[in-house]
Amino acid sequence: MTTRTDALPTQEMTINMGPQHPSTHGVLRVILTTDGEVVTRAVPDVGYLHRALEKIGERVTYAQYMPFTDRLDYLAAMNCNCAWAWTVEKLAKIEVPERAEYLRVIVCELNRISSHLIAFGSYTADMGAFTPFLYAIREREQVNDLFEMLCGNRLTYNYARVGGVSGDAPPGFLEKTREFLDYFEPKLDEYNNLISYNKIFVHRLANVAVIPAEEAVAYGLTGPNLRGSGVPFDLRKDEPYSVYPKFDFKVCVGTGERGTLGDCFDRYMVRINEMRESVKIVRQAVARIPDGPVRAKVPRLFKPPVGETYFRSECPRGETGIYLISDGSVNPFRLKIRTGSFVTMNIFEKVTRGLMIADVVAVIGSFDIILPEIDR
Amino acid sequence: METQAVFDMLKGKFGDAVVELQGAGFSPAFVVVAPAAVKEVSRFLKEDPALSFDSLMCLSGVDYKEKFAVAYHLHSLKHRHAIGLKVMLPRENPSLPTVDDVWPAANFQEREAYDLFGIAFEGSKDLRRILLPEDWEGHPLRKDYKYPDFYHGIKV
Repeated sequence: MTTRTDALPTQEMTINMGPQHPSTHGVLRVILTTDGEVVTRAVPDVGYLHRALEKIGERVTYAQYMPFTDRLDYLAAMNCNCAWAWTVEKLAKIEVPERAEYLRVIVCELNRISSHLIAFGSYTADMGAFTPFLYAIREREQVNDLFEMLCGNRLTYNYARVGGVSGDAPPGFLEKTREFLDYFEPKLDEYNNLISYNKIFVHRLANVAVIPAEEAVAYGLTGPNLRGSGVPFDLRKDEPYSVYPKFDFKVCVGTGERGTLGDCFDRYMVRINEMRESVKIVRQAVARIPDGPVRAKVPRLFKPPVGETYFRSECPRGETGIYLISDGSVNPFRLKIRTGSFVTMNIFEKVTRGLMIADVVAVIGSFDIILPEIDR
Repeated sequence: METQAVFDMLKGKFGDAVVELQGAGFSPAFVVVAPAAVKEVSRFLKEDPALSFDSLMCLSGVDYKEKFAVAYHLHSLKHRHAIGLKVMLPRENPSLPTVDDVWPAANFQEREAYDLFGIAFEGSKDLRRILLPEDWEGHPLRKDYKYPDFYHGIKV
């Protein structure tokens, strides 16, 4: 037997993670420079799913753009639909019937639940536990059934309209929603017992990729990623829109309960707790929804006044802000969509420096990014 | 703080570099500043204790046909107020200083404006195309953009 005496080559290695990789949640490419198992630099490369949604917006009318917003974040299409409707209504100062706003809040919060379920399920699957994903899909299916009952679609809903929603809730919808809430709420404790406080799972997440509060604000993190760092900022509370001020709910923030404040576990736990708050909101909305019309009269050839507006709303992946410029014609002059996931990717290179490769996967999952929203 | 008060404060501090206030029809209102002053104004907006605009919500390029513009939407978590900042740029070689050292959040959005409008951000730590391939020709969100027929021999 010969013993190797020359030194092993130890230079850094550059490897591709993605764009086709099961743990990057879509077509995200990360260029990793590694020193053994340690990542010295991870540069995200986005844009593989760019469909020029902003350019398309300049060629279609305000109403025609609604189905495109479905494709912005397909796991939370209701929230994107409503964000577009609220923006145009803010620009044109359209009064929306109250029943329509209640229906929007119900669907937005149900969609937040189903989106957070995917975040929860796929994250646990990334971390090596496949069973919770099946639990999450089982519950999400029921939300999809509710949406199918409401608007006929299960993924791209195209439900909101400028001035209201496309149709009133069919008979039995509100009862079915209530049944779902009664079924779903205890499941959250089941998830926590099953995986959230599992020792191995906690060890994978706690103290990984800690983002202090000031840094989260400076890098423009929003939504659960910002609240995971302990900043209690939620647009539904702090910049209220629609009928959100009428509901009683709490803003969930990270507490550092299993490690350091602002680590992956905090971001994960914020989503679990937010589902409970969404259940609370939907319960109140279903109980108090008023009767009346669900759509304001908006002319078929809709031309908003000349002006510029910026409206942001709380989507499951952070704030979706739409900057809309109207020149008084039937098409938007310019629209820019600022999405939570896109801005979040900006901090990725900073937080992954010095982590293990397996922890990069934990970071991607904890941000709950979605690629169509990044690439637009 | 009200937009008018912010505008007066900036006008008093920076003089002619602060051009105008776009109020009616704009929500939020925009303070228009000269391109060369954007970094100093941004730093002041962020660091002055009465303003402390600590978060850059959105940075967008705009093509107004005769001019380009970069619009910044700012928000203060401390004071819970918001304002817009706008810079008008000529059509020929539009460029302005970067603000990514004031708000780190700017970097990706500046890259996006560079990619889709061809607006250069001087002093940026990393200014590359972000959404389109690196060898793409032209800047698609410009109003005078001509759609290509082929990309690497593939029909577009």
